[in-house]
Amino acid sequence: MTALVQATKSLLLLEFVKAFWLSIKYFFRPKVTVNYPYEKGPLSPRFRGEHALRRYPNGEERCIACKLCEAICPAQAITIEAEPREDGSRRTTRYDIDMVKCIYCGFCQEACPVDAIVEGPNFEFATETREELLYNKDKLLANGERWEREIAANLAADAPYR
Amino acid sequence: MVEALYKLFGGEGQFLYLLAIVASILAIVLPLLIGVAFAVYFDRKIWAAVQMRRGPNVVGPFGLLQSFADGLKLFLKETIIPAGANKAIFLMAPMITFVVALLSWAVIPFEAHMAIADINVGILYLLAISSLGVYGIIMSGWASNSRYAFLGGLRSAAQMVSYEVSIGFVLVCVLMHVGSLNMTDIVNSQSGAIWHWNFIPFFPVFIIFFISALAETNRPPFDLPEAEAELVAGYQVEYSSMAFALFFLGEYANILLMSTVMSILFFGGWNAPLPGLEFVPGFIWLLLKTAFFFWLFAMVKAFVPRYRYDQLMRLGWKVFLPLSLFLVVFYAAVMVYGGFLPTHG
Repeated sequence: MTALVQATKSLLLLEFVKAFWLSIKYFFRPKVTVNYPYEKGPLSPRFRGEHALRRYPNGEERCIACKLCEAICPAQAITIEAEPREDGSRRTTRYDIDMVKCIYCGFCQEACPVDAIVEGPNFEFATETREELLYNKDKLLANGERWEREIAANLAADAPYR
Repeated sequence: MVEALYKLFGGEGQFLYLLAIVASILAIVLPLLIGVAFAVYFDRKIWAAVQMRRGPNVVGPFGLLQSFADGLKLFLKETIIPAGANKAIFLMAPMITFVVALLSWAVIPFEAHMAIADINVGILYLLAISSLGVYGIIMSGWASNSRYAFLGGLRSAAQMVSYEVSIGFVLVCVLMHVGSLNMTDIVNSQSGAIWHWNFIPFFPVFIIFFISALAETNRPPFDLPEAEAELVAGYQVEYSSMAFALFFLGEYANILLMSTVMSILFFGGWNAPLPGLEFVPGFIWLLLKTAFFFWLFAMVKAFVPRYRYDQLMRLGWKVFLPLSLFLVVFYAAVMVYGGFLPTHG
């Protein structure tokens, strides 16, 4: 008997009609997709995006070339060379991040004693060539200038939980 | 249609007649290809809507130009021919698929006296041409010299042959009632409002035809020849650039054709659905009906999961074939003993 009922049901395409009405209902529901380039989802203050080298408010570079980030980097994406400046303070002469190697783990910003290297909220830094993703010190400092406001706000928002 | 254009040119001679033929072909093929481009767009959009996505919405207003952008992109790309491929057949296959998909439109009446060839065996021609479509797929599957393409081609051949059988029987039911193989006669036999149309007496037949049409055009849930999950993309794996675009265009032209044939066979072709709506030109009604069936095709894609190959074959041979055979006998009996046999034709 159940087999007969089953056969009748499948012959009358009952399940398909039900599925059709269900999909009609969904057809008119509001879209859930974020309309990405014009509309963006929220980001956590802890979001780990593109790297930036920060400066102090007086314009001095924060980085003191301690090379802790270079040492902790699991992907070995960071290369630092340093020598003393004329005023005797230690500064980097070279600070490269290979953004292709980087795994965005955030260890560098955790290791940094002076909050110099940070991962900012920017995730839209796609390039047309691979070479453009080999960041040098100028690029990182420029990023710092560009994103300082957001980075500082994010650091302040995250500070109570550290 | 050709004759009307010939008269419109106002001259005599073979050249003008040829010109009239070419003009009427262009008058159908160009809108068709543009229609195909929009069909691809609406297909994606409908699919997206059911899944609560947005679908293409960036190129042009509401993303309407998306298909043209994709076409341009494909046009500019390189046609890659695999080293092991049979070059001539490899390149011929997409052309056959595309040309065959366009050929069928010759007998479609868009309105009274608006078909390129109003031949008396229109339906037979349609069946013959749609069977030829299998060749493009088999040839591409074989000539690609790739396992995926080969399996996809084999599947597709078996599938299209299987479902053509039930489509044939389904058509017999309708043709018994109409008494003519001519497409215009089929529409004329249903002239009038919605209660004169064939889908009311032939509803089960229409359902079988719709499902077989899905299988015939390799649409989901019967898109086994493509089956991304197991066959990557089936018979078109090795194709790129315009060769791929031709397959794509042919596929969607076939879907539109099947939608149009359904509206002609079961939904009164160019007839207005209600009395008093005759002031709207007939081809607009046909267009609306075709659009409706295309919408159904797209909806089915959204809510039915893909069939397994053995399920597909079981459905074709063990369900649809007996069912459509039974329907032929049933309708024949009703017509003979109920006195519904066609008097004309």
